[in-house]
Amino acid sequence: MAVITPLDKTAAPEQQRQQQTRRTVRPLVLGGLALVAGIAVWAVVAALGLVENLPTPAAVASKAGTMIADGTLASDTAASLRRVFIGYALGVVVAVPVGFLMGWYPAVRAVVEPYIQFFRTIPPLALIPLAVVLLGIGEVPKIAVIYLASFMACVVASFQGVVDVDKTLINAARVLGASDRVIFAKVVVPASTPFILVGMRIGLGASWATVVAAELIGAQEGLGYRMQKAATWFDMDAIFVSLITIGVLGLVMDRLLLLAERRLTGWQERR
Amino acid sequence: MNSKISFRDVVKTFPMKGATFTALGGVDLDIADREFVTVVGPSGCGKSTLMSMAAGLQEPDSGSVLVDGKPVSGPGPDRGVIFQQYALFPWLTVRQNVEFGLKLAAVPAEERRRRADAAIGLVGLGEFADALPKTLSGGMKQRCAIARAYAVDPQVLLMDEPFGALDALTRVQLQDQLLETWSQEKRTVLFITHDVDEAVYLANRVVVMAAGPGRIHRVIDVDLPYPRTEEIRLSPEFRRIRNEVWTSVYHQDEAASAA
Ligand SMILES: Nc1ncnc2c1ncn2[C@@H]1O[C@H](COP(=O)(O)OP(=O)(O)OP(=O)(O)O)[C@@H](O)[C@H]1O
Ligand SMILES: [Mg+2]
Repeated sequence: MAVITPLDKTAAPEQQRQQQTRRTVRPLVLGGLALVAGIAVWAVVAALGLVENLPTPAAVASKAGTMIADGTLASDTAASLRRVFIGYALGVVVAVPVGFLMGWYPAVRAVVEPYIQFFRTIPPLALIPLAVVLLGIGEVPKIAVIYLASFMACVVASFQGVVDVDKTLINAARVLGASDRVIFAKVVVPASTPFILVGMRIGLGASWATVVAAELIGAQEGLGYRMQKAATWFDMDAIFVSLITIGVLGLVMDRLLLLAERRLTGWQERR
Repeated sequence: MNSKISFRDVVKTFPMKGATFTALGGVDLDIADREFVTVVGPSGCGKSTLMSMAAGLQEPDSGSVLVDGKPVSGPGPDRGVIFQQYALFPWLTVRQNVEFGLKLAAVPAEERRRRADAAIGLVGLGEFADALPKTLSGGMKQRCAIARAYAVDPQVLLMDEPFGALDALTRVQLQDQLLETWSQEKRTVLFITHDVDEAVYLANRVVVMAAGPGRIHRVIDVDLPYPRTEEIRLSPEFRRIRNEVWTSVYHQDEAASAA
């Protein structure tokens, strides 16, 4: 690994900044080119009628325009995002302490782990019918299923994070006079942060996938609901608008978490 | 008795697939206050295990480990430990790592900073005080771990191959620094090493261990004056002791069968 000395930093700030801009700009340019190329291919395929009923990019764009103008896209997006954020946040907030407790106290682990292992094997989507029967068709069942999806992803990750904390780090803290409480706060929590963030990213993906499916049942608004309704009217343009919105939002949320991960766990040695 | 650390018939076993593995089979050793003792021996003979019992991280199965005449009941800041694996906190900078123990000891911020910087300077990491461990080389990490232990100024230093990852030049520098601080502040040092030269150069006494089960093979006095210098390192007397240690480390079997 290269060692960046403070000397290097002051000696060649210009060169370093140039390198940094190049490093961030190049993928952006390539990504933009790929996007343009993808749309071009789509336009050609649609124009030639190679795939039946495939709408053209222009038709989808104009549909998006009307959906933005009449406010349906905004309200659908807001409805879906609200469900995801509530369910996801609840899942993370409960899962992290539970995972910590499982990793720290073997007794808690012994009691909780069988349940988690069992429920983990059930895809959250499979719980939707049950949630509807138990909780009705309001907001509660949808949020409950999203909550479960994010809880399952995060609890395992934070539990694993605690279990995998390097024993010599704990010993190093102990010989410097750290109590169990200090070890937990100053060693276990930071050391398991990378695991938890990975779990949070997986949980976010799972939540997003779940919300769309949950809205297919008895919702009044939301991106999933809009797609379902468009499908019954055979409105391909609206389906595409919803799909693209779902994809873009998922990507943006994942990137935001990735950014947080980079900031919080930049101390890690990367191989 | 004024021994600082005593091992009395210390036995340590580890469970291994139904059987028990005897890592240490009855070790007796007394280390006097302000003595510098080095330990050499083949890999796996129980050197690190012996040290971690003095640190209070492991307990003997039978026998006892005493520090200042009292049985060790856990780790404490009176005993500084430098681990064979550097064990730096990767999310903290060099300075924050070094300040970790001082914070726990509730040293006020200003003094903490001063003492940390002094320790960092001592191991030559001054320019890297704000660097994260991932940007350091192996030898620099080891020096940071040394600074972290030095900073809390413990009466006893327990060092497990602390100079193992260092290049020859840095190693000699840190050996001399260690001897200098030791002779100024007169700590008690238990120092594990693979390097026979290093063992002789530093110590009042060299403990040679043997494996299977781990035990003390021989204890060799080093009757060389301090301060140790390059002149001493090149003297015939040094060479004689060094050869004696070497023979008892690397030709243990012959000695045993001859006896
Ligand atoms: N926690 C443990 N569980 C099982 N066996 C262990 C454990 N710790 C040490 N041992 C065994 O005890 C023996 C002594 O280990 P120790 O680490 O003390 O050796 P060492 O002399 O320090 O070796 P090295 O020079 O390679 O560092 C080894 O054979 C090792 O396999
Ligand atoms: Mg060892």
